[in-house]
Amino acid sequence: MMEFFTSSTFQTVLSALNSGFLKTLQLFFITLLGALPLGLIISFGSMSRFPPLRWVTRTFVWIIRGTPLVLQIIALFYIPGTKKWFYWPSGETGRMIAVCVAFIINYACYFSEIYRGGIQGVPKGQQEAGQVLGMTKLQIFRHITLLQMIKRIVPPMSNEVITLVKDTSLARVIALQEVIWMGESFMKGNSGIAGLVWPLFFTAVYYLIFSGVVTVLLGKLEKKMEFFQ
Amino acid sequence: MAVLDVHHIEKHFGPTRVLEDISFDLEQGQALAIIGSSGSGKTTLLRCLNFLEKPDKGVISVNGNVIFDAADPATQRESEVRKKRLHFGMVFQSFNLFPQYTALKNVTLAKELLFQERPEFKANKKAILEEIQEEGRELLAKMGLSERANHYPSQLSGGQQQRVAIARALALHPDILCFDEPTSALDPELTGEVLKVIRGLAEQKTTMIIVTHEMAFARDVADDVIFMDEGVIVEKGPAREVIEHPREERTRQFLSRYAES
Ligand SMILES: Nc1ncnc2c1ncn2[C@@H]1O[C@H](COP(=O)(O)OP(=O)(O)O)[C@@H](O)[C@H]1O
Ligand SMILES: [Mg+2]
Repeated sequence: MMEFFTSSTFQTVLSALNSGFLKTLQLFFITLLGALPLGLIISFGSMSRFPPLRWVTRTFVWIIRGTPLVLQIIALFYIPGTKKWFYWPSGETGRMIAVCVAFIINYACYFSEIYRGGIQGVPKGQQEAGQVLGMTKLQIFRHITLLQMIKRIVPPMSNEVITLVKDTSLARVIALQEVIWMGESFMKGNSGIAGLVWPLFFTAVYYLIFSGVVTVLLGKLEKKMEFFQ
Repeated sequence: MAVLDVHHIEKHFGPTRVLEDISFDLEQGQALAIIGSSGSGKTTLLRCLNFLEKPDKGVISVNGNVIFDAADPATQRESEVRKKRLHFGMVFQSFNLFPQYTALKNVTLAKELLFQERPEFKANKKAILEEIQEEGRELLAKMGLSERANHYPSQLSGGQQQRVAIARALALHPDILCFDEPTSALDPELTGEVLKVIRGLAEQKTTMIIVTHEMAFARDVADDVIFMDEGVIVEKGPAREVIEHPREERTRQFLSRYAES
């Protein structure tokens, strides 16, 4: 048994999976970094007092949430070049950028609905109580409504983030070499190794550890807000 | 001179007229009760005084100074509304305490924020904050809540929450304290403790406007009573007189519904 873990095959597979997983992580964090703020902007659009903006934003969110992410990735990656609008950088870099853009847009739309629920869920009376106490709009936001919004947002946001952990694997549809693509490659042939089935299933270990860590961290955040109702 | 002068206030929501030609004044140290059936415009009137709604017509003066004139946009500048609001305190029907802050912090937060804007704050930060804290504790003690200063709203009963809300409104020393049905959201056995606190404030000559459905309370605690119906003042006068010997037929009908129940 020990010989297996020290064998050169295992070492080769492991380092390939590690490099694939690094891309998975990259995609995960870039998506969060982009989608968290973009989602807030979209949520403002969907709550706008200017009806055309509200209407356009909500339609866009509906389209993005109503169609598969895989379809959006494929469309975003292939259509611009096919139609000669613009070209993504070649190779793995281009694939990574295209996939990140697709993920950010898709997740921002999901996040925007969560933000909207959180913002509209804070009772109007909270703001009014601040107003009659002479607070400015900014003070009311910072000291009263913000934390109440965050408390409402964290649980549904956690669900989305844990889904994102697994959704990153969809990037393989345009052959981004993330961890599942790497695992699969040892069936077809990679670094002189072919016909191996176990690397593909071994990727599950990465996901389990990753989503486990994310779940624990978000659970802690949720716990932190439990001191008030 | 009256502390508060309200002249010909009118308010519409869309096509519906909710307040019509509302005029009254209030002397320093007096308590005014507003009674009337639900939908008669009582809440809207208090909200107009607190700049939560903007009247379509009318003038509001405090201590002889016009703070709102519907015909004069200069009196409606957003930048000044904030300061003008501080003439009034507001106790809401549903308390509206800040859930993420303790009872004490609910009372002190607004004052802390207000003092932070003053130039001398930085130099005396510690002393000022300590003083605000001390005053907050005193207010809570006055409400019978010394033991509850560090409790969060969710750990308090409705009656205790409403008393914190009263302390919060008092912390900024408003000229006029407004109550919008302060006991309507409470279980019957909890209304007493809140009414007792308000009664105490009246005895200390706090200037107050109290919207209430507690007729006996209004009769005993208020100096004057206004009866409103469908957005107009139907009758106003000394509390005991209006409640025990109403002159208007509509007032009589309204009060008889309370006598039966
Ligand atoms: N924001 C609003 N928009 C439209 N109508 C309102 C609004 N607030 C109150 N109203 C209407 O104004 C009338 C008076 O309401 P309100 O002042 O709450 O009465 P009260 O406090 O005496 O029960 C009611 O008919 C109510 O439906
Ligand atoms: Mg009301």
